Amino acid sequence: MIDLLTNLFSDYTLRTVALGSALLGITAGSLGGFALLRRQSLLGDAISHAALPGIAIAFLLTGSKAPLVLILGAGIAGWIGAALISVVTTQTRIKYDSALGIMLSVFFGFGLVLLTYIQRQPDANQAGLNSFLFGQAAALIEQDVFLIFVIGSVVILLIALFWKEFKLLSFDSDFLGTLGYPIRTLDYLLTTLFVVAIVIGLQTVGVVLMSAMIIAPAAAARQWTDRLGLMIFLAGIFGAFSGVGGALTSSLIPALPTGPTIVLIVSAIVLISLLFAPNRGLVFRRVRDWQAGKRLRVDAVLVDLYTLASQHSSAEYPHSERVLDVMSSISGPAHQTLKVLKDLDLAIPIDSTHWSLTPEGVLRAERVIERQFGGDS
Amino acid sequence: MDYAIDIRDLTVAYREKPVLWDVDLQVPPGVLIAIVGPNGAGKTSLIKSSLGLIKPAAGSVLIHGRPYSEQRSTVAYVPQRGSVDWDFPTNVLDVVTMGLYGRLGWFKRPGKSERIEALKSLAQVGMEEYATRQISQLSGGQQQRVFLARALVQDANVYFMDEPFQGVDATTERAIVELLQNLRKQGKTVAVVHHDLQTVPEYFDHVMLLNVRRIASGPVEEVFTEDNLRTTYGGRVAFVSALSAARKQ
Ligand SMILES: Nc1ncnc2c1ncn2[C@@H]1O[C@H](COP(=O)(O)OP(=O)(O)O)[C@@H](O)[C@H]1O
Ligand SMILES: [Mg+2]
Repeated sequence: MIDLLTNLFSDYTLRTVALGSALLGITAGSLGGFALLRRQSLLGDAISHAALPGIAIAFLLTGSKAPLVLILGAGIAGWIGAALISVVTTQTRIKYDSALGIMLSVFFGFGLVLLTYIQRQPDANQAGLNSFLFGQAAALIEQDVFLIFVIGSVVILLIALFWKEFKLLSFDSDFLGTLGYPIRTLDYLLTTLFVVAIVIGLQTVGVVLMSAMIIAPAAAARQWTDRLGLMIFLAGIFGAFSGVGGALTSSLIPALPTGPTIVLIVSAIVLISLLFAPNRGLVFRRVRDWQAGKRLRVDAVLVDLYTLASQHSSAEYPHSERVLDVMSSISGPAHQTLKVLKDLDLAIPIDSTHWSLTPEGVLRAERVIERQFGGDS
Repeated sequence: MDYAIDIRDLTVAYREKPVLWDVDLQVPPGVLIAIVGPNGAGKTSLIKSSLGLIKPAAGSVLIHGRPYSEQRSTVAYVPQRGSVDWDFPTNVLDVVTMGLYGRLGWFKRPGKSERIEALKSLAQVGMEEYATRQISQLSGGQQQRVFLARALVQDANVYFMDEPFQGVDATTERAIVELLQNLRKQGKTVAVVHHDLQTVPEYFDHVMLLNVRRIASGPVEEVFTEDNLRTTYGGRVAFVSALSAARKQ
């Protein structure tokens, strides 16, 4: 670990790789936030797969493996894929999810065919195109990182500029339309940024798993906050963290492809977020339900004690635990709950099995009864 | 005469199948009009094409004599509550502030004065203490009132509301009705998609009966007749006679 950190600061290649994948993660994560909220999680998958034939065709046409050329090819193909999905769903009876599936498999299949064809070619220049399948961060060079930096900055800048428009587009696009904003154009702009964020990551993460890099950080971020700004920010951070972690790990272990490593890390973040995030996390919800259940039991036993006592002269008249066990509207023995009542000073044990309400307990019981039966509030 | 809403020969089709056919509607200013008709009658489509969200196959819509594109700042819209995701990460005040995005224009962010305006319209719907509440934590009636506040902050002359009473309790319904009648008192025109036929005569002064075609429109006492309702709702006579029983009371 220390080794890794010192390497990170001294080793030029590692630093390049780390910086590139951090920038990628930020861009992909923040765009992914919007995609998640617009229920376009699967669109990212379709676009990244659709980009593969674009990469192959760009190479076949130019014979070049320059990042800008390949990214341009990927972008055009990805964008055509996204546009075709939109055309097919609006112009035919084919549903959105089917259109996604069709586009993904047709484009990806075609891309694989082209890749195979390229590999059969005699010249050796084609080597490396295969890494677009599962990604190879170690291959990142300064030139790539510079390109990612420029494109990523433009994307982030545009998000900041169109913040209010993109927010309302995602929440209630019809309403935005009635205000005079061109929702079609804004939709195309956001989708184009989405495509851009995907294609700049393809070399590092690979077409097969790029969509995880887009959606997973956003899904994790959604767990932690109810504010759009913070959610997009967190998604960027999570994206950067898993990008850097995955890229570094895979650069240090030669046989490890980058994409799957990044996905493993981001999956861990998602899992932690699903379980432990306050409010939305599973654990929090369980605890809250459990506390609500406990409060209900407390109230029930309190009311039972009060009801029993009201049949006697004094509201503090003691009663046996066993009566309470039978009586309680909530199943199970009352002993545990009675101990809670004692801790709250609402009831006191008279002897080992008899309990009586304290004056405070009487008040609280009356309030509970009022809340339950005293008309609507 | 200058109509607040003037719809002529409006025909709307999704992929050939017409959902509105040759519809005419003239609404004088200062009127509270109910748009009623069975599910799928085209009520939402009528509102959306009036607001330029759907391009009609034929016909025209004028708001106070001019096309909608020139009248945006004087028109407000309350969409169907179910048309948005209420789990969206934002709070009540933020949603109401969205009503001011049109006035703000491109790139400008809402500031303090916008938030003050939004708070004022929240107060009008009795929700000011919910300003910082997450929208996912609102009841149906509260969601509806947030949407109303967003329309109020638009400070319009003409309001289109799609089922603002859907899923609200009796108390909220009364509050909303009062709000609509206040708008009318200020001379505003309000068109409301409404489902409860029984309350039409009590709440509204005009009514439009719609089922793909316009069956009738005009003052409630003139056009809200059993005959017209029968034409609008077709075979569902039981529904209609229950209504006429209610009206005789
Ligand atoms: N985007 C759409 N694409 C295709 N058909 C639609 C679309 N929106 C509405 N429809 C159809 O148009 C008809 C009218 O819908 P709508 O205007 O929502 O009716 P209402 O609001 O009166 O219930 C319905 O049959 C509905 O299925
Ligand atoms: Mg409707």
